[in-house]
Amino acid sequence: MSNAELGSGEKQNLRDWLRTETPTSRRHARIASLYQGWLTLKANKLAMIGLFILVFLVLVAIFAPLLAPADPFEQDLANRLQPLWGEGHLLGTDSLGRDILSRLIYGARITLYIVTLVAMIAPIVGLFVGTVAGYAGGWVDTILMRVTDIFLAFPRLVLALAFVAALGAGIENAVIAISLTAWPPYARIARAETLTIRGSDYISAVKLQGAGPLRIIVKHIWPLCMSSIIVRVTLDMAGIILAAAGLGFLGMGAQPPSPEWGAMISEGRKFLLDYWWVATVPGLAIFTVSLGFNLLGDGLRDVLDPKDAGDA
Amino acid sequence: MLEQQDKLLDVQNLWVKFPTRNGVFDAVRGISFSLGKERLGIVGESGSGKSMTGRAILRLIRKPGIVTADRIMLHDKDLMAMSEREMRKVRGQRISMIMQDPKFSLNPVMPVGEQIMEAYAAHATASKADVKRKALDMLEAVSIRDPERVFRAYPHEMSGGMGQRIMIAMMLIPDPEILIADEPTSALDVSVQTQVLSIMDRLVQERGMGLIFISHDLNLVSSFCDRVLIMYAGRIVETCRADKLHEARHPYTRGLLNSLPRLTEPKERLDVLKRDPAWREAQSVSGAS
Amino acid sequence: MSVTIQSENGRRASPIFSVVATIAKTLGTIAITMLGLLFITFVIGRIMPIDPLISILGERASKEMYEATYIKLGLDKPLVVQFFYYLWDVVRGDFGVSRLTARPVVDDIIRVFPATLELATIGTFIGVFVGIPLGVVAAVKRGTWIDQTARVIALVGYSMPIFWLGLVGLLVFYGILGWVGGPGRVGIFYVDIVPTVTGLILVDSMLDGQWDVFRDAVSHIILPASLLGYYSLAYISRMTRSFMLEQMNAEYVTTARVKGLSEWAVVWRHAFGNIKVPLITVVALSYAGLLEGSVLTEIIFSWPGIGSYITTALLSADMNAVLGGTVVVGLVFVCLNIFSDMLYKFFDPRAR
Repeated sequence: MSNAELGSGEKQNLRDWLRTETPTSRRHARIASLYQGWLTLKANKLAMIGLFILVFLVLVAIFAPLLAPADPFEQDLANRLQPLWGEGHLLGTDSLGRDILSRLIYGARITLYIVTLVAMIAPIVGLFVGTVAGYAGGWVDTILMRVTDIFLAFPRLVLALAFVAALGAGIENAVIAISLTAWPPYARIARAETLTIRGSDYISAVKLQGAGPLRIIVKHIWPLCMSSIIVRVTLDMAGIILAAAGLGFLGMGAQPPSPEWGAMISEGRKFLLDYWWVATVPGLAIFTVSLGFNLLGDGLRDVLDPKDAGDA
Repeated sequence: MLEQQDKLLDVQNLWVKFPTRNGVFDAVRGISFSLGKERLGIVGESGSGKSMTGRAILRLIRKPGIVTADRIMLHDKDLMAMSEREMRKVRGQRISMIMQDPKFSLNPVMPVGEQIMEAYAAHATASKADVKRKALDMLEAVSIRDPERVFRAYPHEMSGGMGQRIMIAMMLIPDPEILIADEPTSALDVSVQTQVLSIMDRLVQERGMGLIFISHDLNLVSSFCDRVLIMYAGRIVETCRADKLHEARHPYTRGLLNSLPRLTEPKERLDVLKRDPAWREAQSVSGAS
Repeated sequence: MSVTIQSENGRRASPIFSVVATIAKTLGTIAITMLGLLFITFVIGRIMPIDPLISILGERASKEMYEATYIKLGLDKPLVVQFFYYLWDVVRGDFGVSRLTARPVVDDIIRVFPATLELATIGTFIGVFVGIPLGVVAAVKRGTWIDQTARVIALVGYSMPIFWLGLVGLLVFYGILGWVGGPGRVGIFYVDIVPTVTGLILVDSMLDGQWDVFRDAVSHIILPASLLGYYSLAYISRMTRSFMLEQMNAEYVTTARVKGLSEWAVVWRHAFGNIKVPLITVVALSYAGLLEGSVLTEIIFSWPGIGSYITTALLSADMNAVLGGTVVVGLVFVCLNIFSDMLYKFFDPRAR
C-alpha cells in the first residue's frame, strides 16, 4: 500500500487497509475483522437504536448531578403527586413530593451498577467452570455439569428471592443473588465451545509445542469463547435488569429511599388508579433500557454468531 | 445439430448473481447450451458455477440470488416466463434433480416410503394404495431387495449407497423428461459408486430421458456421458464429445487432464494447474449440440 | 452413525433392557439433581439470620424450653447429620408447619399450586399457538417487514418488566375500560361457590355446571394469562425462527422443492417436521419459566398461587414455607425437563 497519497486519498487508504482480504499482520487481521463487524452492525438499524439507548444511559448516569433538576431525595409534602409536565417537575412528583425525573436520572446509576457487577461476576464464573469442565472431561466434567444443572433447575427469581431473604435485602445481596442464578448458562456455552475447540488440530499443535493446560485454556480457548459469551451477556443484561427491578419491586433489592426503578414502581402502585404516572414512568425507563440491551444483543448475534444469521 | 423438436432444453445466456456487501458476485456468467435425449456432462472445479447452473434451471436459486436468462426453453415453453405455480408443475414432473449427499438431501424425520409417495402424489391423482404400490415398484426398480422394509425405514437407517438409490427412486417416480444429477456419487464410497451410476444410467436409458450430469470428475464424466461442457469461473470454456475429451484444446481442460494420474503413464510429479486470468475474460462457448 | 438396515435384527434383542436402563438413568438424574436442590435450600435455611426456634417458641420462651427444643430439633448435631434429618423429612413430604398459615406447608402447596398451574398452562397455550406460527412466518419471510415486525414484537416482550405491564394492563383494561375482571381468580361474589375437585377453577366450575362462575373466572384469568402468554410467545417465536432458518437452508428442503411440492408443504411438512423435536424442549422450558415468571404476575393480580405464597412467606420470614415452595417449584422444573427429554426420544426417529 502506498503512503504517498494525501488528504482524501489517505482516508481511502485507511478504508482499504481496514477492508483488506489479505491482512499483513495479526493485529491488522483483528482490526479488519472488527471493522467488518462494525459495518454489519451499523447496517442493522435496530441494533444502532439499541446502542444509542445504552450510550444515552451511560451518559445520564455519569452526568446525573448535572442533569437532574432537583435533589432526588428531597421531600416536599406540599407538592406531592404532582402531574406530568407540572411546573418545575417535568415528570411530576411521587407520594413524598420528590421529583420523579431526578429520581429516574439517579436511578440510572443504580441500574448500571447492578448490571455491571453481575456482568462481571456471572460470565467469568461460568466461563471458568465451563472451560475447566470441558477441557478436563471425565469426573470433573460430570461433577461440574451436575452442579450447573442443579442451579439451572432452580427457578431463577425464586432462588434469588430465597438468597436475598437469607442474606438480607439490599443492592449488594441482590447482585450476589442474581449472579448466583445467572452463571449456569455461561458454563453451558463455554463447555460446548471448549468441547469443539479441544479436539481441533491447532490445539494439538499447541500441545505438541509443549503448552500446559492452563496456557491452552487461557490463551487459546478463552479468546474463542468470547464472542458467544459477549452475545449472551448483552442479551442477558435485559433479564438482569428485569430481575433486579423485580427484586426492587418486591422490596428485596435496593432499599428506600434509594431511587431504584423497580422500587419506584412499587411505591407508585398504591396510587395507580388516580396518579398513574408515578408507577408508569419508571416502568417505561426499565423497558427502554432493557429493550436497548436486547436490540444491541440481537444485532451483535448476527455479527458474532453468524450461524444464526445465515447468508443473507 | 439437433433439430428443434429433439431439443428437450435450450438455455440462452443464463446468469446467476449474488449481491454481496462488496459488489455483485456472478456465479454463472451468460452461458448457453442445449440438451437432447442424451447424457450431457458438466465438469468444472468447485466454484465454477456448475451446481448453480443445475439449480438455476429449476429456478431454485434462493434469495438474495438472482437468475436471469434470455430464455430457458423446455420444449416450446420458457421456464423464465412461468409463474411459481406453473414452475411447481415442472419441478419433479418434468425436470428432476438428484443431489450430492443422501445424508442431507433426505428428510431425516420422515419415513422413506412417505417421501417417495409424496413425490408421486404431488403430480398425480391416485388412491393411496396405488401410490404405495407404485413407490414399492420404484424401490424395486432401483435394485432394493427388500422394498417393504426400506419403505418403512428412516433415512438414517440407510447406508449412503442405499440412500442415493432411494433418491433416484424418488426423483424418477413422476417420470420426468430431464434428470439433473448434481455430483450424485461424490459422497459415496468408491465401491458403490459404479453400482449407483449403472442403476441411474439404466433407468435414464429405459425411459428415454435427458440427463445433465454435474461432476468435478473428468474421468467419470468422459466414460459416462455422451457430451461434455467444461466450465470455468461461471463460463463454458469448451464443449466436446465425451469420447474425444483427450483431444480437448482449451488450456484449462488440458491442464485438468494433465493433473490426473494415469496408471499407464506414471509420472514422478503431477502437473499443477496454472490458471490464466485471460480465461476468465474470454467469451463463453456455446454448448448447443 | 449410519446404521445399515442389516443390523436391525441384531437390535431387536434388547429393547426391554434399554428401556429399563433409560428409566434407571433418568431416575438417577432426578435423584442427584433433587439432592443438590435440597442441599442448596438447606444451606439457605442455615444461613438465615432468623433463629428458627424463636419462630416456633415465640420471643418469651424460657431458657430450658429453648434448649430442649434445640436438642429435639437436632440443632446440636453436626450440619451433615442435620442435612440428613432434613432429607428424611422432605422424603416423607414433611416441610414443617407454615408460621403464617399455621398449617403444614405441604397442605398449603397442594392448595395453591393448581392456581399457578392453571395460569401457566393457559399462558403456554397462548405462547405456543401464537409464537410458533409467528416464528415460522418470520423465518420464511426472512428480512421482510413481517420478519422485522415479529422481531420487534419478541424483543419488546423480552424487555417488558412483567409486573409493570401487569399494572398498566390492570389500569387500562380493568380500571378504565372495565373489560376484564380485576385481581384474584374470581369476583368476590363467586368465591368458594364451586366445590374443589381439581383445584383448577375453570375446570371445577365447568364440572359443577356453574357457568356464571366460569365466565367470571375467564374474565379474571384472561389478563394475567395473556401477559404470561406474551412473555412466552416472545421466547417461543424467536427460537422457532432460529430453528426454522437453519432447516430452510437444509438440502432436504431443496429436495422437497425439486419434487414440486407447494410452499406450504415444504415449510410445514418438511422444515417444520424437523423442528418439532427441539421445539418440545423450548416449550417445556418456557412452561417451566412461566411457573416461575408467575411470581411477579401473581402478586400484581393477587393470584393465590405458589409464587405469591412463596413471596408472602418470604416477607414474613416464614422460612419453612419458602423452602418448601422452592423445593416444589424446583421439582416441577426437573420433572418438566426430564419429561421433555423423554418426548424427545419418543418423537425423533434418530434418538429411538
